Amino acid sequence: MNVTTFIIVSLVKTVLALVILLTAVAYSVWLERKVVGHIQNRWGPTRVGPFGLLQPLADGVKFIFKEDLTPPHVYKPLYIAAPMISLVFALTSIALIPVGNDVTIAGLRIPLQIADVNIGLLVILGVTSLGVYGVALSGWSSNSKYSLLGGLRASAQMVSYEIALGLSLVGVVVMAGSLSLRDIVDSQTGFFWIFIPKWNVFHGQIVGFFIYLIAAYAETNRVPFDLPEAETELVAGYHTEYSSMKFAMFFMAEYANMITVACLATLLFFGGWAGPVFGPPLLRAILPVLWFAVKVFLFIFVYIWVRGTLPRFRYDQLMAFGWRILLPLAIANLVFTALVVAMQWLVVSG
Amino acid sequence: MLHLILFLGFGAACVAGAVNLLAQRHPINSALSLVVVMGALAGEYLLLGAEFVGAVQVIVYAGAIMVLFVFVIMLLNAGEEELTKGSRVALLFGVPGLVAGSLLVAWVLLHSNTGEVAVGALPGPPKAIARLLFHDFLLPFEVTSVLVLIAIIGAVVLAARPEPPQAKRES
Repeated sequence: MNVTTFIIVSLVKTVLALVILLTAVAYSVWLERKVVGHIQNRWGPTRVGPFGLLQPLADGVKFIFKEDLTPPHVYKPLYIAAPMISLVFALTSIALIPVGNDVTIAGLRIPLQIADVNIGLLVILGVTSLGVYGVALSGWSSNSKYSLLGGLRASAQMVSYEIALGLSLVGVVVMAGSLSLRDIVDSQTGFFWIFIPKWNVFHGQIVGFFIYLIAAYAETNRVPFDLPEAETELVAGYHTEYSSMKFAMFFMAEYANMITVACLATLLFFGGWAGPVFGPPLLRAILPVLWFAVKVFLFIFVYIWVRGTLPRFRYDQLMAFGWRILLPLAIANLVFTALVVAMQWLVVSG
Repeated sequence: MLHLILFLGFGAACVAGAVNLLAQRHPINSALSLVVVMGALAGEYLLLGAEFVGAVQVIVYAGAIMVLFVFVIMLLNAGEEELTKGSRVALLFGVPGLVAGSLLVAWVLLHSNTGEVAVGALPGPPKAIARLLFHDFLLPFEVTSVLVLIAIIGAVVLAARPEPPQAKRES
């Protein structure tokens, strides 16, 4: 297709992806409040709309009308820029996530991905690394001891667990032979032992999957690793001095990161959009996207379930766990995977 | 054409970031300008066909090393730099010296015979780089990793807290 068509199609895809992502962020907040509520034997939001479904709308209106105060003692340029940095990098990763096979609309073959880069996984890791700046700078620029400590702790935690995260993903890359997300999903098609799908979690990367899950919980600052923003510990950590829309931006960035992590886990370990496909061509195009969405939803549900269930780590336990247990385990997983693939004991693609 | 415009754009961003690094008085602004420089360099690498190096530049340099720089500045609570009185001699000899120096460097670079390589002629994709790194240049790779290990051990030894005196008295 020519350049103009490509630009128009990409614009449409970008707008659609952003709208869907932001709606998903708003409704994962709703889901969290409901699920954690039921775990704690209470209802969660029920009054605003049926089942409290309009609660995110009410929250959005509240954030817009709330007083946006800027304390006088903050370092203004970075104070205002930090939530924007967090949100921008949290929303950028969605551009690399493929959600289904190619569709053909009006004769054009359109991949269901905004940017099919052949180093897609590396770009997502890079964008995640840059997201640490939002946290660190917000903590420092707020000029308050709780914020500074919370910001430092949060960024130290994120940088430490990024290593284990990256190493757990390299096992998948070794098995797929490519860094492109679409290729990694394509390498997981088919079955082995007749009925078990060849998803990476069943096909040898089970340890890698759990390392990824734990590192991802720490990376997104969620329970059991949410000490930097726990209310009983540091008031509210790095976002103590923020109100209204800037706080909402941090909030959205955290949930958008959760969704990105869930999408990555689905793509890399659970076969992406693999699932039973049947029926007329329209259904065949939509069903993979549906399977992808179901798997991402299950991941987010597990995220929220863990939040409602586990107590949090103390900071020194957290850092010791990341460096002394998770990192050696991730390296061992990588070495073992590389050995298995090199000796061709396991038949892989690429 | 677009390639040239993008290349010059990223180059200008790089130089602007570097000049801003020197011009800013608060160290945190300088550190953030350096992050901009790293990002612009990553863009340049992408434009030259070295996509793996570009991505790794962002992950390692802009995303980890610069974060640690920012940490240090935050922890040390470094304030704005004090401006001392300027020196007339420095201005008199410095500015013409700087201009002459840059003209000299530019002339040498433009008239030298460094040879040319087309964009994308050298290995760019990860597979090709991996083949070079782990196959043709395996020994330098291993030696470099031992060097980095020595640096880490040295840093740990230098930064370790000294033994508290009580432990020695008890033994």
